[in-house]
Amino acid sequence: MTSLAEHDRANAAAQALAAGDAMLPRPFRVVRTRRDTRDTVTLELEPVDGVPLKFSAGQFTMLHAFGVGEVPISISGDPTRAGLLEHTIRNVGGVTGALVAAQPGAILGVRGPFGTGWDVSDGIGGDVVFITGGIGLAPLRPAILELLANREKYNRVVLLYGARTPDDILFGDALRRWADRMGVVVEVTVDNGPHNWRGRVGLVTQLIPRVGFDPAHTVALVCGPEVMMRASAMALRDRGVPASRIRLSMERNMKCGVGLCGHCQLRELFICVDGPVLSYDRLVPLMSRREL
Amino acid sequence: MQTIEEYLPEHPFFAGLDEPMLELLAGCATNVHFRADEVLFREGDPADTFYIVRKGRIAIQVHTPGGGGVVLDTADDGGVVGWSWLVPPYRWMFDARASESTSAVAFDGACLRGKCENDPVVGYALMQRVTQVMFDRLEAARLRLIDMYGSNS
Repeated sequence: MTSLAEHDRANAAAQALAAGDAMLPRPFRVVRTRRDTRDTVTLELEPVDGVPLKFSAGQFTMLHAFGVGEVPISISGDPTRAGLLEHTIRNVGGVTGALVAAQPGAILGVRGPFGTGWDVSDGIGGDVVFITGGIGLAPLRPAILELLANREKYNRVVLLYGARTPDDILFGDALRRWADRMGVVVEVTVDNGPHNWRGRVGLVTQLIPRVGFDPAHTVALVCGPEVMMRASAMALRDRGVPASRIRLSMERNMKCGVGLCGHCQLRELFICVDGPVLSYDRLVPLMSRREL
Repeated sequence: MQTIEEYLPEHPFFAGLDEPMLELLAGCATNVHFRADEVLFREGDPADTFYIVRKGRIAIQVHTPGGGGVVLDTADDGGVVGWSWLVPPYRWMFDARASESTSAVAFDGACLRGKCENDPVVGYALMQRVTQVMFDRLEAARLRLIDMYGSNS
């Protein structure tokens, strides 16, 4: 007897393989690059074959620097805008180093999109709280943009964002625009700041008890380092947000993207297919197990 | 603007304290205002005050030679600044500066200590609340120590 997760995974893998191209990178051309911080760059890519890549907010692709390697990178662009594919990449090693160094005109390989999405529309009619830290704002950006395209359908929208230092804050212009023009409560905090920093210093989870939202009618989307997500999820539960309405984007060692290789296995889950976005009630027993 | 007696019962730090206790504590309190960049206290100064931020932001910072300093923590509206008034040798370990124009309630530390010693029920209630603030700050500081957003995370 197979579990539902196994059944879904088998279906996803079968569909991907049936398509015949799940393991074959599609060539994409770098159209534009934007340096976001000292170590983070956003690439805008267009498909060489002209067929746009449809994706859901929260999904990732396997991004291939030819001759160097392949890494899973969340899509950071607007899912409501067809055509360009955006990836925000932090330089942390060989492959990501090659990706952030890519110049307009360079050809990269793209497999996917893979995985589950944020399903931010589940928050329609209620409040939505985004909690993120570091580069975690990039995978949440598509969900934020999807929400903002239908802003009037949501009540309170809150974005709590933690960064290492003021220089590491991503999408600073967008954060200001969302706060000033789009009715989003944006609260930013950093781990430490220079003496002339006027903003907030502290842990992002410390903001959770301080902001206004209706816990019983809130969908919370959380993305960042796993320690931060655990602390955030617990603080959200303390505020009264149901575990089933807290969603986390899990990061594991994604390789094949279609649930075959097992590198991203988290007990009964393959994060590349069952995740990366999972509800907290499903993750509680897995996140608290030291062996996993 | 609310009086201190009106403000304290609404503040989460004082939640659960009865009216006589609040009146007792309000007797040690005054309203204060700081301009942006004004220094509340400096490292090494006698720690004789405890602040509740009414509106604004106070930065806790440490001075570093040549670097001007690093902001370690901030307290915003409703936040609490200072517990060194409660623990010998009653000396500030860090600097505090108003990041922006800030209104606060300042409590006289010696006055509070006296009332705590005279009435252990008040002392215990206040200690519970200060301990909660210390616990929250320590927990957050420990998590920040692991450099969650660093390149190895």
